[in-house]
Amino acid sequence: MTLLETVNLKKYFGDTHAVDDVNLTIAEGEFVSVVGPNGAGKTSLCNVVSAYLAPDSGKIIFKGSDVTHSSVTERVKAGIARRFQLVNLFDDLTAFDNVALAIFSRDGKIRNMTTLAHRDRGVTIEADTILDQFGLVNKRNEIARGLAQGERKLLDVALAYALRPKLLFLDEPTSGVSTRDKDKIMDTIASVVRGGGITAVIIEHDMDVVFKYSNRIVVMHQGAILAQGTPHAIRNNDNVAMILLGSSGPDAFSRKD
Amino acid sequence: MTIFVIQILNSFFYAAVLFLIAAGLSLIYGVMRIVNLAHGALYALGAYVSAWIVGGAVGRALEDNLGLAGLLLLLPLGAIAVAAVGALLEPTLLRPLYRRSEEYHLLVTFGLLMILEDVMKLLFGGTPLSAGAIMDRMGSMPVGRLIYPTYNLFVVAVGLGAAIGLWAFIYRTKFGVILRATSQDRRMAAALGINVSRVYVQAFAIGCFMAGLGGAVVVPAQAAVLGMGIEALILAFVVVVIGGLGSLQGALVGALIVSFVRTAGIQFFPEIELAVLYLIAAAVLLVRPTGLFGRA
Amino acid sequence: MVIAAASGTSIWRITIVSAIILVILAILPQLVEPYQTVLLTYGLIMAIAALGFNLLLGYTGLLSFGHSAYFGTGAYTVAFIMRDFGAHSMELCIVGGMLGTLIIAAIFGFVCVRHTRIFFGILTLALSQVLWSLAFKFFWVTGGTDGIRVASANLTLVGGLIDFKGARSFQRFIYAYYYYVLVLFAISTVILWVITHSPFGKALQAIRDNETRAQFVGISVRRYRWIAFMISGTFTGLAGILWVPLNGLTTPDILYWPFSGEIVFMTVLGGFRSFSGPIVGAMAFNYLKTYAIASTEYWQLLLGVVLVILVMALPAGIVGTAARLAAKLRRWK
Repeated sequence: MTLLETVNLKKYFGDTHAVDDVNLTIAEGEFVSVVGPNGAGKTSLCNVVSAYLAPDSGKIIFKGSDVTHSSVTERVKAGIARRFQLVNLFDDLTAFDNVALAIFSRDGKIRNMTTLAHRDRGVTIEADTILDQFGLVNKRNEIARGLAQGERKLLDVALAYALRPKLLFLDEPTSGVSTRDKDKIMDTIASVVRGGGITAVIIEHDMDVVFKYSNRIVVMHQGAILAQGTPHAIRNNDNVAMILLGSSGPDAFSRKD
Repeated sequence: MTIFVIQILNSFFYAAVLFLIAAGLSLIYGVMRIVNLAHGALYALGAYVSAWIVGGAVGRALEDNLGLAGLLLLLPLGAIAVAAVGALLEPTLLRPLYRRSEEYHLLVTFGLLMILEDVMKLLFGGTPLSAGAIMDRMGSMPVGRLIYPTYNLFVVAVGLGAAIGLWAFIYRTKFGVILRATSQDRRMAAALGINVSRVYVQAFAIGCFMAGLGGAVVVPAQAAVLGMGIEALILAFVVVVIGGLGSLQGALVGALIVSFVRTAGIQFFPEIELAVLYLIAAAVLLVRPTGLFGRA
Repeated sequence: MVIAAASGTSIWRITIVSAIILVILAILPQLVEPYQTVLLTYGLIMAIAALGFNLLLGYTGLLSFGHSAYFGTGAYTVAFIMRDFGAHSMELCIVGGMLGTLIIAAIFGFVCVRHTRIFFGILTLALSQVLWSLAFKFFWVTGGTDGIRVASANLTLVGGLIDFKGARSFQRFIYAYYYYVLVLFAISTVILWVITHSPFGKALQAIRDNETRAQFVGISVRRYRWIAFMISGTFTGLAGILWVPLNGLTTPDILYWPFSGEIVFMTVLGGFRSFSGPIVGAMAFNYLKTYAIASTEYWQLLLGVVLVILVMALPAGIVGTAARLAAKLRRWK
């Protein structure tokens, strides 16, 4: 079942074709990785689909309805969530409050000013459950600013996850994380996302992560989709290897250290 | 008809003073991203110092010996004094706060405003000080059937000269280039070897000089009174909002607009002339927050 | 710097501490001379103003330099109600005043929340000056710089049950009014405490911390800022309403922008990152200013120096610094 479909989506910044006539389809339950060199348009695509930027032309169809001109909050309510490249948390709130906030917003309780937030048992339990899934539950009362870098990344994803979106965009979830922690973090993210039945689109540079977790890879180059397919197909696609790495051949994608 | 001409002359006079104050405020914001709430008090300080010197012993001695020229020599002293004060204030009060958010700049300059107001009260007392001697010496010239103080026209000339001088300084000198580079990207400027701290203190001193000069030229026409700085700051704000924060031409155009609106207002709708001015500022902030000429 | 997260157990602690403080405040007038009671009343009134103001600053991250507009609107509305409608009921004044303030806050707020940071601040300043200039110039309505007198003798509290006619009117007024203000202060504090600890309050803090992420969590940033603005202005307006019968007079001074600066000052003095900071700050500032004025002609200089030292050395304010010291002591043990 198709969850997201972009039709001839375009976003230009002057002469730069950030998103150039992109037709992308994402089916429910997929774990898609979007890769490509810097400036390929991956983040721009994500920005347009999440309503951070308005497209110049084209359509975005989500769950069958045309959401091209809806606002950020409308899109969030429809079920599209995202995280940004840099960690974006509510730094002066606790980890618990960060997640609880997303839940309150999702349930439409956020406008409530007459009840105390921590009194809501349902939200408290759910927030703690999510924190547990991400391995953060014993940091629940720590101010977000004071968490370790890997923990902040996880909290960032947890925030987006707490919205229980249908479609989750993760922009470089493991960037800036040491290689030791990368696997741990990606494992957590992948298991939570799969377990929650969420369709995920991750933008990544680390090809090991990409090959290990995705069931489909979309390669972008200069704003357009260059190739897409299973990890196996992409691995053996010389064209892609040329664009991404400058060399091709069977060993092109293995880590050279 | 003559009255009309006189109103126009008054507007230009008033605009010149406003320009001097606003240009200083805008320069400081443009380079350092600081909104200086004490800027009006610095203007007042310039007025007080000038009036005090001119009316004091030195002033009278110079007046006796050199006449008008002597007095005019003293006018810039007020501005220089304020610039010196600024050069002292920036490294002590403002530099430690650059890393902090803008709220703290507003707070510390507000505290500075309170301090300066009382320092002026302490030094110069509660009675208005005037440098009327200069104005008298310059006499007046006929405009139609009425007469108009020549001094006011002198002020307009000073304002114009300052505008041209500042423009030349910023756009035609090496220091001006450094100033503009620092205001656009301070980290880049530092990376290029520019001593940003020195640029900041110099820019602040220049801004204070302009405010002080505004006070110095206004005081022969209008006595220095306590509280004049608080009123002036708001008007300078309106000018800079309309013209654009950080823009020199904005300060000039804004000063002209504010001045003419005020003069027309006082003539035709005196009760709401101030209200109209503040509403214009609010409207500009809504529609085009960077003002006519400013960048964000 | 931490806004105390209230968990289940510490609600009891907060309630007990507050109850103790309330009892102390209730007993005080019996122990001190009338002048101190008046001072305390002013302190409580400004505490309401600062609490309202801090909803915007500490919780929503918006620094308004124009809150004098709401204080002044509250005060002048009361003056108009009493002078032009011949009303005596304080309750009527409160309702009317808060309504007037809410309308102004709604209009000004709608306009101001379109911007943030420095432009927001300047916008609030400009709009408050509009009101000031109107109060100043339309002297045949507002009394100009002379202002409008409000006689406490004409006032009735609690729907007319308490009046101040007859003998020792002012003494009786001081005592009765103190308790009246104390009750309203307590109610305001509770309401604002609940609001700041509600989901809505958390949303405001989220907006303060990260406006973009707040949007991407589904929060309508501009609308919530506007609502916060209206609540904030209304409470500061309530303070103005309560202030004018005590002061006996309302003048354009309370609409002039330096008064907005004072509200900011007292909030920062107490610490704007905590709930109780503004209360402590307002009371401290009240005493500071009163004694400064009494001891020297150059009290502005004194206050200015205090503010500068505060900003440079103790940005967390009284409560914030105390909390930090307490945390250090705890760690030390």
